[in-house]
Amino acid sequence: MSNTQQLEDLVTQVRRDILRMVHKVNSGHPGGSLGCTEFFVALYNEIMETNDSFDMDGIGEDIFFLSNGHISPVYYSVLARAGYFPVDELNTFRIINSRLQGHPTTHEGLPGVRIASGSLGQGMSVALGAAQAKKLNNDNHLVYSLHGDGELQEGQNWEAIMYASGNKVDNIIATIDLNGQQIDGSTDDVLPMGNVKEKFEAFGWTVLEIEEGNNIEAILKGMAEAKSKTGQGKPVCVLLKTVMGNGVDFMMHTHAWHGKAPNDEQLAIGLAQNPETLGDY
Amino acid sequence: MKTYTYTEKKDTRSGFGAGLAELGRTNPNVVALCADLIGSLKMDQFIKENPERFFQVGIAEANMMGIAAGLTIGGKIPFTGTFANFSTGRVYDQIRQSIAYSGKNVKICASHAGLTLGEDGATHQILEDIGLMKMLPGMTVINPCDYNQTKAATIAIAEHDGPVYLRFGRPSVPVFMSEDQKFEIGKAIHLTEGSDVTIVATGHLVWEALEASKALFEKGIKAEVINIHTIKPLDEKAILDSVAKTKCIVTAEEHNYLGGLGESVARVLAENEPTPQEFIATQDTFGESGTPAQLMDKYGLNSSAIINAVEKVMKRK
Repeated sequence: MSNTQQLEDLVTQVRRDILRMVHKVNSGHPGGSLGCTEFFVALYNEIMETNDSFDMDGIGEDIFFLSNGHISPVYYSVLARAGYFPVDELNTFRIINSRLQGHPTTHEGLPGVRIASGSLGQGMSVALGAAQAKKLNNDNHLVYSLHGDGELQEGQNWEAIMYASGNKVDNIIATIDLNGQQIDGSTDDVLPMGNVKEKFEAFGWTVLEIEEGNNIEAILKGMAEAKSKTGQGKPVCVLLKTVMGNGVDFMMHTHAWHGKAPNDEQLAIGLAQNPETLGDY
Repeated sequence: MKTYTYTEKKDTRSGFGAGLAELGRTNPNVVALCADLIGSLKMDQFIKENPERFFQVGIAEANMMGIAAGLTIGGKIPFTGTFANFSTGRVYDQIRQSIAYSGKNVKICASHAGLTLGEDGATHQILEDIGLMKMLPGMTVINPCDYNQTKAATIAIAEHDGPVYLRFGRPSVPVFMSEDQKFEIGKAIHLTEGSDVTIVATGHLVWEALEASKALFEKGIKAEVINIHTIKPLDEKAILDSVAKTKCIVTAEEHNYLGGLGESVARVLAENEPTPQEFIATQDTFGESGTPAQLMDKYGLNSSAIINAVEKVMKRK
């Protein structure tokens, strides 16, 4: 168990990792990564029960699927700092012969990753399959997943959302990163999402909202409540209200940094706003 | 010449159903999924005996492929069942990312492939699926020829670690392969020995190739018929050894000539031993409504078409 300050320090360090990773290769997706940093840190350090060594089948532990694979920088940083692979390997993000591909993959054998993602809308189905495998194996651990809000525009999600409640897959907590932004603008401008909470509820899910999705305490409290709702015959959805680009002032509240790397000067500003806590890679 | 006979006709999809039922009894990790086509895929017996290991996903094939990928995480061996069209083209990106690129041990089992689906017409008659699937890195592609071979292939692919596309069909066709055959993925089967022409056939065209070889024998032409149930990985040695004797080849498949078995064979020959080849396949066209026999005749996918192709290719030696 970590105290809140230790988690906050890790959040700051992960932000630095994200900025440095995308800056080095002048590509990648910092906006959504920064928006979900607190969630990932809480998930891998407090919320999930995981085994010490990585095994693809994930039997006897909670497992996680990232559906919106483009936020790989935060995923890689948190996995590395949770001990799945050497932190130094973050240096290889998006460069040739790396296990840290632009979008996460099992293809190069990176510990911690159980499915390739990047082409959007597929992770919910995969998570449901894994959840049903857990039931067949009499494994009481949970399956967690994360999805972008814009990603819900992909129709496969709604096949999966309908399936989950229809089949009472109640060992899954699917979190939606509700930042209201996507590549071409706000979700309301690109394709209005309507009331996401009511949509999930209409499909038979238990829905919880975390209003302060960039607040560690709020995330811990909300996810604990979500966990308490599992095993009751309904799938559980968490609407995590985040700010895209959180923690770097000029990247916040805009879609502009969805898939753009900072230049040298912007990197310096971003790092100055997030002083080194646990040591850069 | 070795000849083949049959005493009954059965559909290859029933061979799949029988194989799946047997796997249900012998391999506790095998699970099955279906997108609202249980009866068409002959999955009833597996479901009756193993209801807890069956997942009805409804008319949602993309979700089915994703769930299958997820089920492998935890050690299950998922067999998905729907028509070939909905097993491939409709869900290509799901297969590509969540199954093939992710290296998941999913068996994509596809019925009603090709023209012999019949009266439903071109919307359901996929003639591009072999091409789509063989292009995916790591995907094994199998197209068995009769009930017995489809049953044997179904059982065999459960032992193979990796994604497999298993293609079979709707109509009743002669059962001529032995009931107790050992199915080896990637290992071609020589059905007849011959020195004049090689006929490499897959799926429903294997029987047509045998019928053609009988008629050709009566004309004094000795055809070597090879049953190439596995299109990827292709048994290159079997093809090259045969054409070393015969110096010409006909490929036969219920698929578009673009992207199918014929192209795979042509690549092997071009790289190793350029050889005259004729293609029995559809000619970059969609199908249409009709009976299976009418369609196979109209689109040139039967024994008489193979005989014509043999006579043509032998003149090109």
